[in-house]
Amino acid sequence: MEKKISINEIGSFLQDGMTISIGGFMGCGNAHNIIDEILKTDVKDLTLIATDTARDGYGIGKLIDQRRVKKLYASHIGTNKQTQAQVIEGFIELELVPQGTLAERIRAAAAGLGGVLTQTGLGTEVQEGKEIIHIDGKDYILEKPIHIDVAFIKAYKSDKSGNLIYNGATRNFNVPMAGAAKISIAEVEEIVENGELNPNFIHTPFVYINHVIKA
Amino acid sequence: MDAKEIIAARVAREFKNGDFVNLGIGLPTKAVGYMSKEISINLHSENGFAGVWDSATPETLDKDVVDAGGANVVLQEGGMFFDSVTSFEIIRGGHLDMTVLGALEVDEEGNLANWKIPGKLLPGMGGAMDLVNGSKKVIISMLHTAKGNPKILKKCTLPLTGKAVVDMIITELGVFEFRNGKLFLTELMSNVTLEDIKKVTPASYEVDLNLKEEV
Repeated sequence: MEKKISINEIGSFLQDGMTISIGGFMGCGNAHNIIDEILKTDVKDLTLIATDTARDGYGIGKLIDQRRVKKLYASHIGTNKQTQAQVIEGFIELELVPQGTLAERIRAAAAGLGGVLTQTGLGTEVQEGKEIIHIDGKDYILEKPIHIDVAFIKAYKSDKSGNLIYNGATRNFNVPMAGAAKISIAEVEEIVENGELNPNFIHTPFVYINHVIKA
Repeated sequence: MDAKEIIAARVAREFKNGDFVNLGIGLPTKAVGYMSKEISINLHSENGFAGVWDSATPETLDKDVVDAGGANVVLQEGGMFFDSVTSFEIIRGGHLDMTVLGALEVDEEGNLANWKIPGKLLPGMGGAMDLVNGSKKVIISMLHTAKGNPKILKKCTLPLTGKAVVDMIITELGVFEFRNGKLFLTELMSNVTLEDIKKVTPASYEVDLNLKEEV
């Protein structure tokens, strides 16, 4: 199956009100070119899953600046004043999720789990409204999976099949998100022939990736 | 030495050879610079790498390698990269010997608040809730007061990051340790008296000064 598509096809995957995710950490490992392409459409009211919103005018921050995000699941927005302002103003509905819990909730969706049990957040606001499960004398919070409609992934290289390798610290949330979405689209720096990537060192298996864009 | 240098130097003395440590942004990270030359430790960066790293120079800069504060760094040989699921397995699974974090408030029950000031500041918890629940030892390094207001309290007033999670508090005035859930003042910094500490510490604590050399 041909997975390579052109970046100007991004709009055809977007719908108002859908749930998207963007990998990366403080902009490092964001699919920057795809973000710019999303901004060329008029899509709005997005639910966004991301560990942070980078900063004003950079990476994911651009989607916030243009008020495309209505609901946000993130672990940290301290580096983006615009995000904080839109939350305080009531435009963005924010659910702050501990970073490890966010990773596990996304992974749970990828792995077909009904949820994960964790002690992170016990005795804090994070546990409010959630079920507490007792196992072997300890309390755990039941954290439910986060399912994604479209995940935008940034990798270093893809082969024609859609196997991905990443560079440096960009694997972060890209890896779990790729498996948790109905459709995963990877922005890569290079698409190589099958056989050119060592199958022993693939970070994201081709089965998670629907489309690949060289940008 | 100024107050922050005193704290960083004292934090550095908690590192043992071979420790695997996650350091919060800012003051905790400064501690590495005060470490004895005989000691080597490995660090963990929650966005996806472990080992030892240096600040990037224009020659060594790789856009895909930033630390948890967003600064460009270069990983030394022997280190490695991973995704956020693995990163937080390391944190939550008890594989870190120690984490050093800042705080807005700590109280006499070992509760920590450092992620939110309702109505004012909404940075989010990032990885802090995971770190305080998963690390073998949790050290809080902070200035003893904020604009003259005490930070070591009888009870935290701000939303908690973790309940009964703190093991040690290091400030420019002294060192506190939690032993079986009780708070002890165990060290005084140079030229600090018990009375100096009492004046700015509303929390109840017992005094059990270690006969260690002063910093």
